Amino acid sequence: MKRFWCAFFMFWPIVAVILCWIAPGQNWWFPRGPSGTGAAMSPLGERIDDLFYMILMITSVTFVGTQVALGYVLFTGARRSDTSHDAEGAEKTWFTHGSHNLEVMWSIVPAAVLLFIALYQMEVWAEYRVKDKFPEEVRKGPQAEVTARQFEWRIRYPGLDENGNPLELMPDPQPTDLYTVNDLHLTSGEPVMIWLRSEDVQHSFFLPELRVKQDAVPGLVIPVWFEATKSTEYSLLCAELCGWGHYKMKARLVAEREEDRLVWLQELQAAQNDDGVPDAGDASDDE
Amino acid sequence: MSTATPAAEASHGHGHHAHVDDKLALLKKVHTFSTDHKVIGVQFLITTLLMLLVGGALALGVRWQLAFPWESMPFFGELFAQQGGQISPEYYTMLFTMHATVMIFLVIIPVLAGAFGNFLIPLMIGADDMAFPLLNALSYWFMWPAIACFGMSFMFGGGPAAGWTSYPVLSAIQQAAPGSGMAQTMWLMGVTFVGVSSMMGSVNYMTTIINMRAPGMTLFRMPLTIWGMFITAILQAFALPVLTAAGFMLLFERTLGFTFFIPGGLVVNNADPTVGGGQPLLWQHLFWFYSHPAVYIMLLPAMGMVSDMMACMARKPIFGYKPMVYSMSAIAGLGFIVWGHHMFTSGMNPALGMTFMVSTMMIALPSAVKTFNWIGTMWGGRLEFNTVMLNSIAFVSMFVVGGLSGIFMAAVPVDIYIHDTYFIVAHFHYVLFGATLFGVFGAIHFWFPKMFGRRMNETVGKWHFFLTFIGFNGTFFPMHLLGVAGMPRRYADPYLHPYLEHLLPMNQFMTICAILMGFAQILLLGNFLISIFAGKECDDNPWHANGLEWSAPSPPPHGNFPSVPIVYRGPYEYSDPAQPEGKDFWMQTEPPPTSS
Ligand code: HEM
Ligand SMILES: [Cu+2]
Ligand SMILES: [Cu+2]
Repeated sequence: MKRFWCAFFMFWPIVAVILCWIAPGQNWWFPRGPSGTGAAMSPLGERIDDLFYMILMITSVTFVGTQVALGYVLFTGARRSDTSHDAEGAEKTWFTHGSHNLEVMWSIVPAAVLLFIALYQMEVWAEYRVKDKFPEEVRKGPQAEVTARQFEWRIRYPGLDENGNPLELMPDPQPTDLYTVNDLHLTSGEPVMIWLRSEDVQHSFFLPELRVKQDAVPGLVIPVWFEATKSTEYSLLCAELCGWGHYKMKARLVAEREEDRLVWLQELQAAQNDDGVPDAGDASDDE
Repeated sequence: MSTATPAAEASHGHGHHAHVDDKLALLKKVHTFSTDHKVIGVQFLITTLLMLLVGGALALGVRWQLAFPWESMPFFGELFAQQGGQISPEYYTMLFTMHATVMIFLVIIPVLAGAFGNFLIPLMIGADDMAFPLLNALSYWFMWPAIACFGMSFMFGGGPAAGWTSYPVLSAIQQAAPGSGMAQTMWLMGVTFVGVSSMMGSVNYMTTIINMRAPGMTLFRMPLTIWGMFITAILQAFALPVLTAAGFMLLFERTLGFTFFIPGGLVVNNADPTVGGGQPLLWQHLFWFYSHPAVYIMLLPAMGMVSDMMACMARKPIFGYKPMVYSMSAIAGLGFIVWGHHMFTSGMNPALGMTFMVSTMMIALPSAVKTFNWIGTMWGGRLEFNTVMLNSIAFVSMFVVGGLSGIFMAAVPVDIYIHDTYFIVAHFHYVLFGATLFGVFGAIHFWFPKMFGRRMNETVGKWHFFLTFIGFNGTFFPMHLLGVAGMPRRYADPYLHPYLEHLLPMNQFMTICAILMGFAQILLLGNFLISIFAGKECDDNPWHANGLEWSAPSPPPHGNFPSVPIVYRGPYEYSDPAQPEGKDFWMQTEPPPTSS
């Protein structure tokens, strides 16, 4: 029975490792997304994934190491207890209160590794959040303002000037502004910024395929930047409990080439400025 | 004015038949207002085991919805939910809120500090009772108003629904959620009562451990259980006031119109705009300033108990006793400067994110040191694979997973992605259930003989362990994968989002494992109850352990020890080559052979 328990404790880490190993193939891994591979769809996201994989390597080695050590200790300990401790020729219990050298070693090595991980992450974090490190392209201003509320995302775009170019987005709503709900259109292939706000409780702006997450905090306007590498549709959802309908704050990010986005904005403007007077023919069908 | 001394207590406490050899002595007093720390310990233990069932049932509700969304839940559904047993989204938020609340505030914290802290501290340090027996009794009885408040909160609007973290604005404004009315107020009062209870315990434990150790029981001869309890008590003393203050602020905000957390101009669910002046992040800072140390409050005593059980079952001294003590102290110290790791995506100053990342990484270090020392303790030992040991090994094995997943989350950029996904849920269940609760299962089996003079059944104990372990890993390991797949936590219906649809079968598998695990707890409860009356009788030291508690009768009478024990050695003198033939332990009360 003792051997059974030793094997039992070794069995589950093996299952765990196998599970993680086959997970990507089973689609139990990063959302496959538009790329179909699960790779992040933004340059910063790719670097986050790299960090993830680096930590995964380090922790996997530690995991396997500790479990193997545990297994060794269990099997030999089980063998030792086959005989009573004062029986003839019994294997002696190792009488020790510890080892100074081992303690020093297994303090310093993990400390160095952990410190390395921490310092190694700084750069990506700084680029993601520290304003001075934001890419040049986004300093000129946000493309849209996203306001979370129970249970939807309201999006405000600046209107277009007579040449069809977007105006500057003002902190306060302007008569020229354009609005959508749950439909965020931004430029692909270059860093873009949004302002994130909340109208009621906390929410969190989560773009899983781009590895972006930022809480929307009532009373704050938080700039968030990211870059969608591919022109396509991405999931946008809420990651901070905001009430019973938290799960249904489903929206999409449409990343498209700047020209396409401008066309879309023009259509939006046309639809929004449509006063519904006959003659124009088609009734407004905004969503 | 001062509390009754144990002697005075004994003289009027029980004139009638309190025989030392009455194995049910403690049980017979569980319904009374006893000031005996052992009775209070047993009271806490029984209460928390019952609450474990409640919390487990709530969790099964959560799991049901994730596996079979919107299908009516058999049995429990009819018991609580409306609409023919279907779990509504409001109801779902209540389920996970109250699951966490019950498990944290009514199970894990009170079972460690309340049940085992009470029962073990005086016995293990050789005292006749706690320093303040009356305060001690009050600390138990203050659990009941807490339970009543939490219980009543179900009756208002379907129960509180802002999560156990209760972030305002959601938890501060009535209109924000059906559960944010009276239910949230009751919840806050419940937490306050738990806090009062914990604080009374904490003061008592610190005083008792500092002042009432038996002669010879120096600090570095204390069992690690006592160190764990001691450090926990200190953590509570410093962290809890912050939560209490925050709780009152939120209470005032909700009832008296203060604005600490609510900024102005919010329109919540068409209510009038708020007047403002507050800052929601303030709550997060205050809450986590308590709740991060609290996660160690929920772990350190178990670490201590597992160390003691492991040394005994490996028949070996603790490997690196002092490093163990220092690690626990380091965890406690660092535990106060890492709270911001729960707020990486909250919008706080990004520079803080960097400092919190470094401190959080560093707190993994003492955890690693302890793990290595546990393995070192078993290394070269003569291992006994009984229920106690199996649960202790599980503690270490599971704690490794929880500690390693912590590193992912401590890395801020990675946490951006996995924050508030199931990865977090996996992490804290590996530490709180995988580590702490397995440690508690072991401790129940280990100290049961001291409480009731009998042993629990080994076969049932092993089956319970086997099923719980399988069920646990089947339920929680896949959560790491769900997290990596981007499945957010606290979602009543994740499958609404196309990129999560394919995760349904995995969730169903997990729910089946959870149900298995739930039913396995019947074995524990049955074993516990039946063994009280019918377990195998045993002598005072059935495990051949060294601690002082094993030199007292089982159960110990009021006053614990026939005479004040004198301590000559540390608690881990197992298999010393100097020990005489046929004996592999030295109790702490055994004088050294050289002394006369
Ligand atoms: C090895 C050391 C550990 C590290 C580095 C670590 C790190 C973290 C981090 C960074 C988070 C926040 C993640 C997020 O929300 O995005 C977290 C959450 C949590 N940790 Fe740990 N942790 C460690 C050990 C523990 C232990 C020992 C416990 C409990 C006994 C614990 C309990 C929790 C709980 C309960 C939460 C989540 C609370 C919630 O959001 O509801 N952790 N941990
Ligand atoms: Cu939400
Ligand atoms: Cu924490």
